[in-house]
Amino acid sequence: MLASNLPWLLLHSRNRQSPFPGLGHSGSGSTLLGYIGIDTIIEQMRKKTMKAGFDFNIMIVGHSGLGKSTLVNTLFKSQVSRWSSGWGGEHKIPKTVEIKAVSHVIEEGGVKMKLTVIDTPGFGDQINNENCWDPISKYINEQYEKFLKEEVNIARKKRIPDTRVHCCLYFISPTGHSLRQLDIEFMKHLSRVVNIIPVIAKSDTMTPDEKNEFKHRVRKELETHGIEYYPQNEFDDDMEDKNENDKIREAMPFAVVGSDKEFQVNGKRVLGRKTAWGVVEVENPNHCEFALLRDFLIRSHLQDLKEVTHNIHYETYRARRLNDNGGLHPISANNTQESNL
Amino acid sequence: LSVVTCPDSWEEHAFMFGFCLQQEKLLEGYVGFANLPNQVYRKSVKRGFEFTLMVVGESGLGKSTLINSLFLTDLYSPEYPGPSHRIKKTVQVEQSKVLVKEGGVQLLLTIVDTPGFGDAVDNSNCWQPVIDHIDSKFEDYLNSESRVNRRQMPDNRVHCCLYFIAPSGHGLKPLDIEFMKRLHEKVNIIPLIAKADTMTPEECQQFKKQIMREITEHKIQIYEFPETNDEEENKMVKKIKDRLPLAVVGSNTIIVVNEKRVRGRQYPWGVAEVENGEHCDFTILRNMLIRTHMQDLKDVTNNVHYENYRSRKLAAVTYNGVDNNKNKGPMTKSPLAQMEEERREHVTKMEKMEMEMEQVFEMKVKEKIQKLKDSELELQRRHEQMKKNLEAQHKELEEKRRQLEDEKHNWEAQQRVLEQQKLDKIFTK
Repeated sequence: MLASNLPWLLLHSRNRQSPFPGLGHSGSGSTLLGYIGIDTIIEQMRKKTMKAGFDFNIMIVGHSGLGKSTLVNTLFKSQVSRWSSGWGGEHKIPKTVEIKAVSHVIEEGGVKMKLTVIDTPGFGDQINNENCWDPISKYINEQYEKFLKEEVNIARKKRIPDTRVHCCLYFISPTGHSLRQLDIEFMKHLSRVVNIIPVIAKSDTMTPDEKNEFKHRVRKELETHGIEYYPQNEFDDDMEDKNENDKIREAMPFAVVGSDKEFQVNGKRVLGRKTAWGVVEVENPNHCEFALLRDFLIRSHLQDLKEVTHNIHYETYRARRLNDNGGLHPISANNTQESNL
Repeated sequence: LSVVTCPDSWEEHAFMFGFCLQQEKLLEGYVGFANLPNQVYRKSVKRGFEFTLMVVGESGLGKSTLINSLFLTDLYSPEYPGPSHRIKKTVQVEQSKVLVKEGGVQLLLTIVDTPGFGDAVDNSNCWQPVIDHIDSKFEDYLNSESRVNRRQMPDNRVHCCLYFIAPSGHGLKPLDIEFMKRLHEKVNIIPLIAKADTMTPEECQQFKKQIMREITEHKIQIYEFPETNDEEENKMVKKIKDRLPLAVVGSNTIIVVNEKRVRGRQYPWGVAEVENGEHCDFTILRNMLIRTHMQDLKDVTNNVHYENYRSRKLAAVTYNGVDNNKNKGPMTKSPLAQMEEERREHVTKMEKMEMEMEQVFEMKVKEKIQKLKDSELELQRRHEQMKKNLEAQHKELEEKRRQLEDEKHNWEAQQRVLEQQKLDKIFTK
């Protein structure tokens, strides 16, 4: 990974097991004769992170009616989607794809997270959906551009605000047959630019057998078209990572159900959907894979998503830009610049 | 039966007749024309019924499953998978016919499917093949209606179009609106919410309201259930109208629930029963489509949609003196000319057939003659052969006889010599 070449301080705050891979993995480590206290660096890092907080930007893409907003609300257990932040208007389908970003600061256990949910209403809803991924692609590149400009500045800010899209949840319609043409086109165009996590929406439509068959077929189709979804094969660090990621890749795309209403089931209050023939429990692994998605997205791979975005996707963009322009001129403090940017 | 006396004058006659028309006469005995419906019924049953149903919707909405569930047959089975299992690049229109029999009544059911509808990235004009299909069926019917020989008039017009709406929960998609706007004047559209087990009852209610609102907003005329004089039926019709569009679930797998065998879908959290009125509107759809309103659908197609098409088509022809239509249908000629033409057609056909048959006959005859000649030659040859054999044998025999004669002579000569010798011996003793 390119990260091992950059100084550690430039990268965003995150918790890494071994900050100096070169030193940490050397075969001949000198044995310590007493306790020094190097391992307290982890604690120091943790404190710093908690104070600074961190940002996470998630984009949700899929045509209307797939339960995107509900799922995001369920994921972060709060009303973070566009509909809930005072959007009282009718759910009109816009004529072109719009990009709407809504930010919230949520806190848990002393750790603050600035979560930005980027919604894409109008995607795939028109009769003619040619190039409806263009606005999305433009938005993602704009965020990279913003970050690049800040990075190249002479007088840089201590903490560059990170608006880059760390993760894109792509919602697949549960037809039960196969991927639609639009799905394949979108993922082909964007899997090299952003981390795409495909998700099967409204999976309470399908019986368990149909679900398995559908997942199998979707995975095969993604493979046939060479679409690398997150976690990508090529970025696995070591065997441990690879095993873990392999297991996850086998289970993807996750078939999820979202809900922000609670019901009583067997004396417990659970999040779910109440139908005439039963209650679909969102967090029950037998009913749907929401818990898997949540654990994967938030509890284990949140930091990794940010890292891959910064180290791989952003670096690819940066390299391309630098090559195209033959060099960047740094922007002066008062912004009167005439760089090739 | 009361007899009307024939008045003498014309005015009185007319007056009586007019008077009769306004009054319903009471019958004083049993005449028997109340039996007319039975006669019609018997004739219809013998003739059998036809019904053409079109299903339109994006792939993966459960159209094939619903058709199988509605008619309790496997129209699309693993051996002949439905169009949904084959990916299509452009919209196609496919027809499948099936003959179902029940209680002595035959129904020739034609299902028109539209695979590839709404599946591409660019779906502009994906309704055009559908419109073309419907129009072509109308045109066929129009042509067959205008012919002189109308003994057989197969009715292939599309009687009903089931339009499947994806259960997004928000409203109609632009594609849905466009399609319905273009087709509501050509065919009876019944909008359905597919895969209704996706939604909870509240979501379903809201979704239905939203759809109906949008339908009235865009002035789309979906199929209207007719009002009848009967109170009971009206209540039922009102119930159906309240639940439009119908939210359906299809399934042909049988699951055991509470010791009952029902058709449904098995989920880890319960079983969604297809025929349970509280779970979905499938029973309403089935009853409405098959048990109560099938004939009405056909009537509306015939009286409204088809007449619209016909008047538009004929008006286009007679507006200019010149025929506007690209394909000159036989309806532009008078019946006599038409008859002449048909007769001529028929005659030419017969002549052609005759010629063909003659040719075939001649060929056969030639073959036969040839065969006979061959066998005759063969026979002659054999005859010659045998004659030769016979002669040969004859000669042999002659030869042998001569030999025999010779030998006889010799032998006799020898005998005479011997005798002579014997005599000589006696004489010399």
